[in-house]
Amino acid sequence: MQLLETDTARVAEWRTERARIAAASPAERDALLAEKARLTRRAVIGMISHAGQGHIGGDFSVTDILTTLVGAVMTIDPADPTRRDRDRLILSKGHSAGALYATLAHAGYFDEAELGTFMDPLSALNGHPNRNKVPGVETNTGPLGHGLPVAVGQAVGVRLTGTGARVFVIMGDGEMQEGSNWEALMAASQFGLDNLVAIVDRNRLQQGARTEDTNALDPLDDRLASFGCEVRIADGHDFGSLIHAFRPSTTGKPVAVIANTTKGKGVSFIEDRVEWHHKVPSAEQVALALQELS
Amino acid sequence: MTLTADAAPRAVYDNRTAFADELVQLAREDSRIVAVCNDSVGSSNLTAFRDEFPDRLINVGIAEQNMVGVGAGLASSGLIPFVCAAAPFLTGRSLEQVKADVAYSQHPVILCGMSPGMAYGELGPTHHSVEDLSWLRALPGLDIVVPVDRLQTRQAVRNAVAHPRPTFIRVGRHKTPDVVADDSVLERGRIQQVRAGSDVTIIATGTLVSRALDAAATLEGQGVSTRVLNAAYLAPLDVAAISAAARETRAIVTAEEANVAGGLGAAVASIVGQLEAGARVPLRILGLHEFAPTGSTDFLLDYFGLTDAHLVVAAREALANV
Ligand SMILES: Cc1ncc(C[n+]2csc(CCOP(=O)(O)OP(=O)(O)O)c2C)c(N)n1
Repeated sequence: MQLLETDTARVAEWRTERARIAAASPAERDALLAEKARLTRRAVIGMISHAGQGHIGGDFSVTDILTTLVGAVMTIDPADPTRRDRDRLILSKGHSAGALYATLAHAGYFDEAELGTFMDPLSALNGHPNRNKVPGVETNTGPLGHGLPVAVGQAVGVRLTGTGARVFVIMGDGEMQEGSNWEALMAASQFGLDNLVAIVDRNRLQQGARTEDTNALDPLDDRLASFGCEVRIADGHDFGSLIHAFRPSTTGKPVAVIANTTKGKGVSFIEDRVEWHHKVPSAEQVALALQELS
Repeated sequence: MTLTADAAPRAVYDNRTAFADELVQLAREDSRIVAVCNDSVGSSNLTAFRDEFPDRLINVGIAEQNMVGVGAGLASSGLIPFVCAAAPFLTGRSLEQVKADVAYSQHPVILCGMSPGMAYGELGPTHHSVEDLSWLRALPGLDIVVPVDRLQTRQAVRNAVAHPRPTFIRVGRHKTPDVVADDSVLERGRIQQVRAGSDVTIIATGTLVSRALDAAATLEGQGVSTRVLNAAYLAPLDVAAISAAARETRAIVTAEEANVAGGLGAAVASIVGQLEAGARVPLRILGLHEFAPTGSTDFLLDYFGLTDAHLVVAAREALANV
């Protein structure tokens, strides 16, 4: 199985939409992005019910973040996913691959029809993202605590090669319990990586329980600041808030964004419930969820 | 294929259930037993343990290196820590802790690799634990146990409590049939014969043992007498059983749900290759050679040639090489 091919027609549409979003008033922009996020969540439901597995809670909490980055913030060209001056996006919480695939497909990185093969035998769309199969994926993730160190390397790399690109990396909040993240933050601060944006999807749940009942992260803002980050707190489901939080560093320090989110956002019976980390909706629940997302 | 009585589906089991049950039973009698996990109590099958012994479950969160280090500290305090986590993260992420804090320091930590091999199917190579046997075989002083079924899983837990020493137990999730007799005993460092035979030997481990037995039955029908050995211990390695297979049968096939670089097959090859000239026999090593594509566990076992049908072919090829 080789790398999936670009959907050039879809990329052309995406470029038009992207220009519209850039020119729109905040209210119009939010409506356009909300529509994209809605389509992504619907696609994720289809993928998970097709595969009979997946991580719906984390998919839905990160959907608006991904939508904002790809739809309004990052300098990218889905038709040329490896161009040197692209902004980078690493989904370190790789179990949310479903949301990433849908976001990338909707931007034309590959044919949307491919989403229908999610986790099928020999599909490019594995349960965790593989850069050798899926354009737009920068590095293979799945084991938690890998994305941020790779992002630090990329941030140094783009600085050394002089492209001025920015590197965005998204961690789960439970994922921040991995020590590798804190090693990476120390390095990012030491190296003055103002082109790095470390985003924490702060939904306050991990796989088995609430983060604060397992291995508490708070005061996360103080901790990130003490590791040398310029810390910004955002509403992870408010596009304006996210766009503002993703603005360039103002202090020369790496930016850390705590995006306050709701796990399972968008479907009432999935929201903020630990069991929906990787529960699979029944046919009846699929219908209900699609109704809520119509 | 004709429908016969024995075409009825065999009962198959997730060994994690037996593991969890035995651990709770032993913990009732032995307060030294504690459990350590990383976030999900459920996916380490420790829910019943936590409910009964909330103070004896140490959940360090998503932090596997810390988890194994904490296990070593608990062991050095006279406790018997069962460190339970998805096998790929327990072994891969914490390999240096396993090396320095457990094997080299000889802290009696019981590392329980849950859902090993390709049990996580579609979640892909990051979640497959197919390098564990290779990695851990390289560590002196660490027992490697691959219980083949429910009874051996219980016995592995019991052995660990009776004689705590640095140990890795591969606790299977992909459902397999029971294999060993009710009165069989899991002996440390022994590879056990589960079928007698004189032409060829299949040495298999874990999920591949029942497949090897199926292959042996087919081969018997073709006039090939097949010995099947259950490698429930990869370390200490049973040199005697492997050498005997080489001396007493004309070829050896190995099969494991693991990477061939350094696993069971490599262990067998290192023994057989060093025997005297007349005792060396043709060898076929079945296992993984590359990162798995997307697919379910059963799909991938077939993809990598790890079915009874593939074993039959491998045995015949090995014999043809004699
Ligand atoms: C190193 C490692 N340990 C354990 C896991 C298993 N795991 C997958 S997702 C998850 C919970 C992640 O929680 P969080 O980072 O908060 O993600 P979210 O709630 O956004 O889904 C765990 C423990 C893993 N993938 N990698």
